[in-house]
Amino acid sequence: MKAVSRVYAFLVYLFLYAPIAVLIVFSFNGSATMSRSVWGGFSLRWYRQLFGDRMLLQALENTLIIAVIAAAVSTVLGTAAAIGIGAMNKWVRRAVMNVTNFPMVNPDIVTGVSLMLLFVAAARFLGGVSLGMTSLILAHITFCLPYVILSVMPKLRQMDPNLYEAAQDLGCAPFPAFFKVVLPEIAPGVVTGLIMAFTLSIDDFVISYFTSGTTQTLPIFIYSMTRKRVSPEINALSTLLFAAVILLLLIINFRVARDTKGGAKTAKGGESL
Amino acid sequence: MKKRWAAALVCALALLAGFPARGAESSGKSAPQSGVTLNVYNWGEYISSGQDDTMDVNAEFTKRTGIRVNYTTFEDNESLYSKLAGGGASYDVIFPSDYMVAKLIREKLVRKLDFGNIPNYQYIDREYRGLVYDPKNEYSVPYAWGVVGIFYNKKYVKEKVDSWKILWDQKYAGKILMFDNPRDAFGIAQKALGFSYNSTDPAEWNAAADLLEQQKPLVQAYVMDQIFNKMSSGEAWLAPYYAGDAATLVSDNPDIGFAIPEKEGTNFFVDAMCVPSSAGHPKEAEAYINFLCEPDVAAANMEAVGYSTPESEAKKLLPEETQNNPIIYPSEETLKNSETFVDLPDDTALLVDTLWAQVKMGSSGDTGTLIAVLAGFLAVYIAIVIRKKIKRKRELG
Repeated sequence: MKAVSRVYAFLVYLFLYAPIAVLIVFSFNGSATMSRSVWGGFSLRWYRQLFGDRMLLQALENTLIIAVIAAAVSTVLGTAAAIGIGAMNKWVRRAVMNVTNFPMVNPDIVTGVSLMLLFVAAARFLGGVSLGMTSLILAHITFCLPYVILSVMPKLRQMDPNLYEAAQDLGCAPFPAFFKVVLPEIAPGVVTGLIMAFTLSIDDFVISYFTSGTTQTLPIFIYSMTRKRVSPEINALSTLLFAAVILLLLIINFRVARDTKGGAKTAKGGESL
Repeated sequence: MKKRWAAALVCALALLAGFPARGAESSGKSAPQSGVTLNVYNWGEYISSGQDDTMDVNAEFTKRTGIRVNYTTFEDNESLYSKLAGGGASYDVIFPSDYMVAKLIREKLVRKLDFGNIPNYQYIDREYRGLVYDPKNEYSVPYAWGVVGIFYNKKYVKEKVDSWKILWDQKYAGKILMFDNPRDAFGIAQKALGFSYNSTDPAEWNAAADLLEQQKPLVQAYVMDQIFNKMSSGEAWLAPYYAGDAATLVSDNPDIGFAIPEKEGTNFFVDAMCVPSSAGHPKEAEAYINFLCEPDVAAANMEAVGYSTPESEAKKLLPEETQNNPIIYPSEETLKNSETFVDLPDDTALLVDTLWAQVKMGSSGDTGTLIAVLAGFLAVYIAIVIRKKIKRKRELG
């Protein structure tokens, strides 16, 4: 039985990571053209071309700017909203949570089209400005918000509601009490929400496609290559992004491990006192 | 603590407010400031962008005129149309194909060009002026053209490829690729049957759809860009595609050949440059079009892209082997039988969409399979429930 479960787990991870492995291998393909299937020796040419491709770098820059801003803004708004919702009574909270969850189950294409209609109407009202960076950021904040709320809510529930009041009793003003007591307690949820919002924003295609106007994000840029062929520069770029994400995860995990170790030590010390 | 947060918030807001301007200034840092940014919307991978020491056309334009270019790309005519018709995006130069030019003209989405601002139009050869989609030559300037033909792997396909009907040959079942867009896919069936691409007769379209459904069991996949990988690896042996991509395909796998079914005729397409009626900077847009018509620029673009130029002057600047390549510049006889797509009337277009959906998703036959699968699941479920009940009864008893 154990062998079976091992094979099963191996297969699961194989299916998850084989495509990425192929992508990484072929980002070093030296074949004169852009093949996934013909191996032309090891080379770094696609990495070199990647950094010389102004259009691609522009698309990447747009994507990153949008992701950073959308993640930051939606995390701030979402955390505030979660705290507000957490303070509501049971029935109202349920109703509001349903309303916030609705955009998540709503198909992207519906969200995309409806946002586009709204933005086009608003743009016309403002005198025919073109959709672009601003509308993209607004759209991304909109669809990231529910995920942030959803990841912050459970942490708020776990927190002892008396902590905040205790801090105030001890003479802390409301704002410092929030930043010094509440925020550290719910920080894991907030960080999860932030990371989730960031990744969702980076790989969103459907909603961006409808709201992008004359700005181009990376997914849209890649999709537009499909009549000719997707350039292996994209393999190189994806490899770099993958490496960056792995690095980020490693750093976060190391930090968490260190913190828990440190935390455990102080707890022990507390006990011995 | 509070102050720091406030400062961060102010920074974020300032960034946000600065964005519309930031998004626009996309290129040309050392360029003279003219304050105008052109929004150009072209096909993906369809311009020389300065890789491998080629000319970076957009940067060159900015250098010469001081006009900045916000260059973005699309994947097919239909998405260009939807962006233009309802996307709230204001473009200055677009690159629709022939039939889309006609449609945009009909719907008044493109404006008449002032050819006084496009003196380089003189370089465009006679054959590419006044084509069906813009008979009076008022709205468009051709950028590139090409034909559709059949790519085949010489190792496996030994016979002479001279008819679209080879794509219906049982011998090659499972090794055939087809276009994943309705006009190109139907076009092949129409030419195999001897019809016009632009027929308005529903019976002809239905016949073409029947033929495509007959072909479906033989087709490995309906694809666009995946053709490159599937053909070069030998996974597929026969695929209709655009001649302009021949160079890419052949350089990956020298066994790949290209043939145009001359007798039945093929699709001759033109991608043209137009200025939308909603354009904010028509003057600068015309300057951009004029710049792209300069023979050295046109030659650089076509060398990077692989398609064919409508300018003899530009053709002369290309490498000898490209000029004499019958794939990229087919003989006049080959072109004689070719036909251009024109915009279909609304009811025909609707019919084509419906028929294409039927071909791709399959008709009643597949519904049968679906019902069988569902019935199977239901049977298994019922069996499990009954077994559980029996088990419980036994335990009780």
